[in-house]
Amino acid sequence: MSTTTIDPGAIPRERANRREVLQDWLPRIVLAPSFAIILLFVYGFILWTVYLSLTHSRMMPVYTLTGFDSYERLFAQPSWWMALKNIAIFGVLYVVICVGLGLTLAILLDQKIRIEGVLRPIYLYPMAVSFIVTGTAWKWFLNPGTGLEKTMHDWGWTSFHFDWLVNADMAIYTIVIAGVWQATGFCMAMFLAGLRGIDGEIMKAAQIDGASTYATYRRIVIPALRPVFLSAFIVLTHMAIKSYDLVIALTGGGPGNATELPSTFMYSYTFTRNQMSVGAASAVIMLMTVAAIIVPYLYSELRERKQ
Amino acid sequence: MFRKMLLGAAMAGAAVLGMQPAARAADSVEVLHWWTSGGEAAGLAVLKKALQDQGVEWKDAPVAGGGGSGAMTTLKARMTAGNPPSASQMLGYAITDWAEAGALADLTPLATANHWDTAIPKAIQKFSTYEGKWIAAPVNVHSTNWIWVSKAAMDKIGGPAPTNWDELVAVLDKAKAAGIIPLAQGGQAWQEATLFDSIVLTTGGADLYQKALIDLDPATLSSPAMHTAFQRLAKIASYADKNFPGRDWNLATAMVIKGDALLQVMGDWAKGEFINAKKVPGQDFLCFRFPGTQGTVTFNADQFVFFKRGSGALDGGQTKMATDIESPVFQSAFNVIKGSAPARTDVSDAAFDACGKKGMADLKEAVAKNTLLGSSAQGYGVPPAIQNAMSDVITKEFEGQITADQAFAEFPKAIAAAK
Repeated sequence: MSTTTIDPGAIPRERANRREVLQDWLPRIVLAPSFAIILLFVYGFILWTVYLSLTHSRMMPVYTLTGFDSYERLFAQPSWWMALKNIAIFGVLYVVICVGLGLTLAILLDQKIRIEGVLRPIYLYPMAVSFIVTGTAWKWFLNPGTGLEKTMHDWGWTSFHFDWLVNADMAIYTIVIAGVWQATGFCMAMFLAGLRGIDGEIMKAAQIDGASTYATYRRIVIPALRPVFLSAFIVLTHMAIKSYDLVIALTGGGPGNATELPSTFMYSYTFTRNQMSVGAASAVIMLMTVAAIIVPYLYSELRERKQ
Repeated sequence: MFRKMLLGAAMAGAAVLGMQPAARAADSVEVLHWWTSGGEAAGLAVLKKALQDQGVEWKDAPVAGGGGSGAMTTLKARMTAGNPPSASQMLGYAITDWAEAGALADLTPLATANHWDTAIPKAIQKFSTYEGKWIAAPVNVHSTNWIWVSKAAMDKIGGPAPTNWDELVAVLDKAKAAGIIPLAQGGQAWQEATLFDSIVLTTGGADLYQKALIDLDPATLSSPAMHTAFQRLAKIASYADKNFPGRDWNLATAMVIKGDALLQVMGDWAKGEFINAKKVPGQDFLCFRFPGTQGTVTFNADQFVFFKRGSGALDGGQTKMATDIESPVFQSAFNVIKGSAPARTDVSDAAFDACGKKGMADLKEAVAKNTLLGSSAQGYGVPPAIQNAMSDVITKEFEGQITADQAFAEFPKAIAAAK
């Protein structure tokens, strides 16, 4: 911004300058409090957690540094390995199924069908439900004694068998089911927005060239949705890593420790087991995992924008 | 050391905040607790009323959540902020931890004046005192080696009450044959660990329990007796219905109340559920000790601690509250409702029902025989880190993730890793 456009005769030079300085500074002044708060409560506490993970804190924080002992103890815990295995299973299935189902639903809804306005919110609605409600509802539904299995038995289909919720080997998949139910509609909405953004002319051109519907979607539409895939991937990945309330409501981490996730591990070690430093170490590992996914994304996004 | 300094600073902050009430008209107490369910809240109301009658204002600070994990998290936050409540409900090792941090007020003068020393069992005093000073006022003694039996189901299968492990298995088999769910079990780690406490006790008596689950003696942990205990855990797990994982304890109790299941192994807080359902001990349900553990009691005692405020001495409200808690009148009135036995052994059992009377008699017997043992599953045997390491292994076996042999091998390792 420069003052050359302002007539020097209309406004005295000094006042114009002052206004310009104020204009420059006003956004900074307005943003400063929230910036300071974020700096302290997000980044400050991240640093605090990193620091705690290097101590021997148990019930209350202590500040004597003891090196990477907590990390060694963390990786010596069988339940931490269980948590890592579970987040791998849950994370991959959750993201892949949500994206796959979401895309399919979006493509089907995009066929100019009649009651789209009714169907779209129906699919999107689960996102409005809190994780605790989702978890509790699915717990009732999937428990063999109260839900689906019992209903089928009552209706006379006595050979029906579905006990994943109480089966230690399969319980983690029930969390995938509940998670997918909740997030698929959201994915669908993202893809639908992406589909609506594709230029209709291109589609028409493809049709004139004699491309089949399948080829059109495979060669033109889906590649054009690349940015949407990226956003969906990022949103879903961090939701998977943050998942806590869903697990607590659905299985409570059980049967045994079959559905322990890093987030439930972190909470129980920090707050109920008086092993705060181990809990802090697990939080740092989680942060690093999220960062490993988000940072390359942000980097590529920002670079593209500059170009 | 640093922790002490930090808390010292927090306490100084609290002192400054607590300074103003120089001209305060009446005493008041702010009490942090997790007694929010029906019977518990009714019990606490007895204390609240007693204090209000003495002109002490009661500020309730409930944080719901069984076992108090939510309340303890709140307490840590308030403590760090330099704003502790007057008093807090607390269990086991948490009391020792807070005493070590120098946060708790000294109750010794009150204790001496009211003969807490002689009235309260030594095994509980281990947690109520720190370095020779009283720092907590125990309210009750819950014992955890109880079995709650549906009278209707028991009549259906017939036979006397089991008195040892083999008889228990025989009764469970009969129930299974009669189409009744033999064992009502809640599938949460602490409930399975509570059951395991009793199994260890019946397998090797108080001696094995003390050495394995309290002293954590490595040789005992790897002994054949513990191997048997883990095999028995797998055996008893086979009597639960398949839908137990994740079930809350009170839902398991409801199965016994309705007669769908024969029995539940649970602490005496389960009695409150029966009473709430208008069931009468001896008539609708039976209570007896886990077979083979008669004469021994594994306990879990609710206590109240008082935080240092201002000068560090007890203020008026705190003094009155601590005195009331240890008064025989309150101990009787509260525990009749709560289902536990009074922490003072010199309280009359006149107001208690059959199960309550038995609980109090068993407690006296255990005190006399020196077999009153802290429940490891309830945080009165070992510190929380080890307690949870134990229940991790127990729950994995109970819920079929690992075999009895694997659990037996993993148990000492998990304990060593948590130390």
